[in-house]
Amino acid sequence: MALVLNEEQIMLKDSAKDFLQGRAPISHLRALRDNANADGFSRELWSEMAEMGWPAILVPEQHGGLEYGYTGIGIVLEECGRTLTPSPLLATAMMGAAAIVKAGSAGQCEDILPGIASGERLLALACDESSRHSPHKVAAEAVETGAGYRISGSKVSVVDGHIADTFIVSTKTSNGVSLFLVPADASGVTVKPYRVLDTHYAANVSFDKVEVSKQDLLGPLDGGLTVLDYILDVGRVGVSAELLGVAQEAFERTIEYLKERKQFGVPIGSFQALQHRAAHLFGEIEMCKSLVIKALHTLDEQADGDAELVSLTKAKLGETAHLATTEAIQMHGGIGMTDEFDIGFFLKRCEILENLFGDNYFHLGRFARQRNY
Amino acid sequence: MTNTDSFRQATRDWLESNCPESMRHPYRNEADACWGGRNCKFQSEDQKNWLERMVAKGWTVPTWPVEYGGAGLDSEQAKILKEELRRIKARPPIESFGISMLGPPLLKFGSEELKQQHLPPIARGEIRWAQGYSEPNAGSDLASLQMRADDMGDHFIVNGSKIWTSYGELGDWMFCLVRTDFQAKKHEGISFVMFDMATEGVSTRPIKLISGKSPFTETFLENVRVEKNQVIGKINDGWTIAKYLLTHEREMIGGSGISASGSLPVSQVATNVVGTDNGILSDPMLRTDIARFEIDERALALTIERARDEVKAGVSLGAVASMFKYYGTELNKRRYELLMSISGQDALVWEGAASRDGYLPKQWLRTKGNSIEGGTSEIQLNIVAKRVLGLPG
Repeated sequence: MALVLNEEQIMLKDSAKDFLQGRAPISHLRALRDNANADGFSRELWSEMAEMGWPAILVPEQHGGLEYGYTGIGIVLEECGRTLTPSPLLATAMMGAAAIVKAGSAGQCEDILPGIASGERLLALACDESSRHSPHKVAAEAVETGAGYRISGSKVSVVDGHIADTFIVSTKTSNGVSLFLVPADASGVTVKPYRVLDTHYAANVSFDKVEVSKQDLLGPLDGGLTVLDYILDVGRVGVSAELLGVAQEAFERTIEYLKERKQFGVPIGSFQALQHRAAHLFGEIEMCKSLVIKALHTLDEQADGDAELVSLTKAKLGETAHLATTEAIQMHGGIGMTDEFDIGFFLKRCEILENLFGDNYFHLGRFARQRNY
Repeated sequence: MTNTDSFRQATRDWLESNCPESMRHPYRNEADACWGGRNCKFQSEDQKNWLERMVAKGWTVPTWPVEYGGAGLDSEQAKILKEELRRIKARPPIESFGISMLGPPLLKFGSEELKQQHLPPIARGEIRWAQGYSEPNAGSDLASLQMRADDMGDHFIVNGSKIWTSYGELGDWMFCLVRTDFQAKKHEGISFVMFDMATEGVSTRPIKLISGKSPFTETFLENVRVEKNQVIGKINDGWTIAKYLLTHEREMIGGSGISASGSLPVSQVATNVVGTDNGILSDPMLRTDIARFEIDERALALTIERARDEVKAGVSLGAVASMFKYYGTELNKRRYELLMSISGQDALVWEGAASRDGYLPKQWLRTKGNSIEGGTSEIQLNIVAKRVLGLPG
């Protein structure tokens, strides 16, 4: 597939941009923070997003969705990166939908997908157990009982864990790892939300002898790692798309500032020391655009995904967005350090996204292993 | 079957029966490259046949119009041809500055007469071209060049010297920037001329590089007669043509960031030489640098692909040749730094069969010039900053 957007996708991009910049610019995030909104996002805005069909993008038509593909949801996430708009798009509309579409039974699809499409259901992936991402190390256990399974264990850093109605939980089973769908209101589930540095929320979630039925198994028994890797890879590409938006917006704001800000009687953008760094960053961001569109197309085209491409994309986007947001602070000088000025929000969001589902080092290592070294 | 499918099949079939087996391997050394020209000595019958067959198809310059020796392929077909050549690891039938550098501006700005005179011999590999751009005192500040062309009515008399002429001693003709107006601003007094290097008064002297090799010459012109009908575009408007040619030169050099077809990935060289423990490269620090390099290598290849797709879709990336030139050459330097590290002390051997006469260290030294020739990395960053980002000054 050519590495460009088609006309429909360009229209989606334009409408996402208009909506987000009109309804949820950075001041929206700032207000959520200053009002100490306990959800960390606006439910009103989420229902408007649902009216526009965004949570339905990945859901098949037979379940009330638009079946518009990963490239579509990636475009929207990229625009969310530009405005730093918090919403359940990543955890529910991208990863949650992908998980159910990929591995859900007919019953699970019927039960959950229409609610994802309408924006009513909220999902969260509970897989990490320590502060450094290591999804294949699973201590949480699901012990077989007569009727089903009993789950015990603790999960940390669960994105949208504080609002989800259903968790996708990775557990050890007798011969491998299995995924389960666990209702947030099940007996024995404890959710401890906490705020992270970009004013978003996450949660630590513990499962104490939580009883689930056999129908709550997501994907094959003992074969959950393949599904988990797929869900995570989908999430990593989504995060990369959002990082692309973050990097571009921080970069463009910085270029504008270089043209406006005068010192020594001239715009500081006339200084070669800054020009060369800006031009270098331009090249890196161009590389990132190619990786994100390729990774999204590949999710649409290849059922099994492409771990090498995903990890190289996540690593490169993390490094480039990091460079873009740290350079943004430096080139803005003192004003970039103030809370009143918006550019610092980009650095904070970038730090979160860089860490999510494996940081740059995790993905450099995974990329190398995929290439047998 | 669609048109592109049938074109691919026909191309594949033709290459299968026409590309000699010995031409389906990467170059072993520089002598394997065929540069054509008046004094061309083919290394083998296969090399000669490969060139002649490709010339007959118009595939040395596949997108040029048929009347100038091309095949008139559209960009989609040209991409397919390239992919099919890559698939069988075919060597280029010819290396040619006439094709990669002079052709594009000649097609765009040249008169019909000049196109008919020069393009078909370029397509057939009959004339080897040399580039006369840099001068001893005009490097990064190319437009300050001083080679003077005095107007004698129907011709110019040209005096001065050029430097960094690639393979200058082997050139048949030269395309050259000369100053034709000495009062005008520096960009406005330059003309783009062509002349036969066998003309009286032209001489060259090799420049020995840090690699020990001499791929460049200085080129001296002493009262050299250049016909006025050998000017591309208008007199004193040569800078426009010079810049257009540079864009193509930079795109060509930028492509050097992508490893040649058939060459081993850097990581595979590393696992062969350094070894692995449980599937992980035995030197973990080196492993990280290699991973970063290979990520950037893939990102550049995909960006070149995206740039082509955008051109086809009618979106232009703008002054990106400079970005590609910068990125590609810096990447190629990193490749050779890594290859040197991987090979350890073996990489320091300068002579002898085991080292292929110091092939690696000589290549490594050569890559240091990548970010200088065709406009330094710093000049490319200046261009991106001003023309793409619109920064002042």
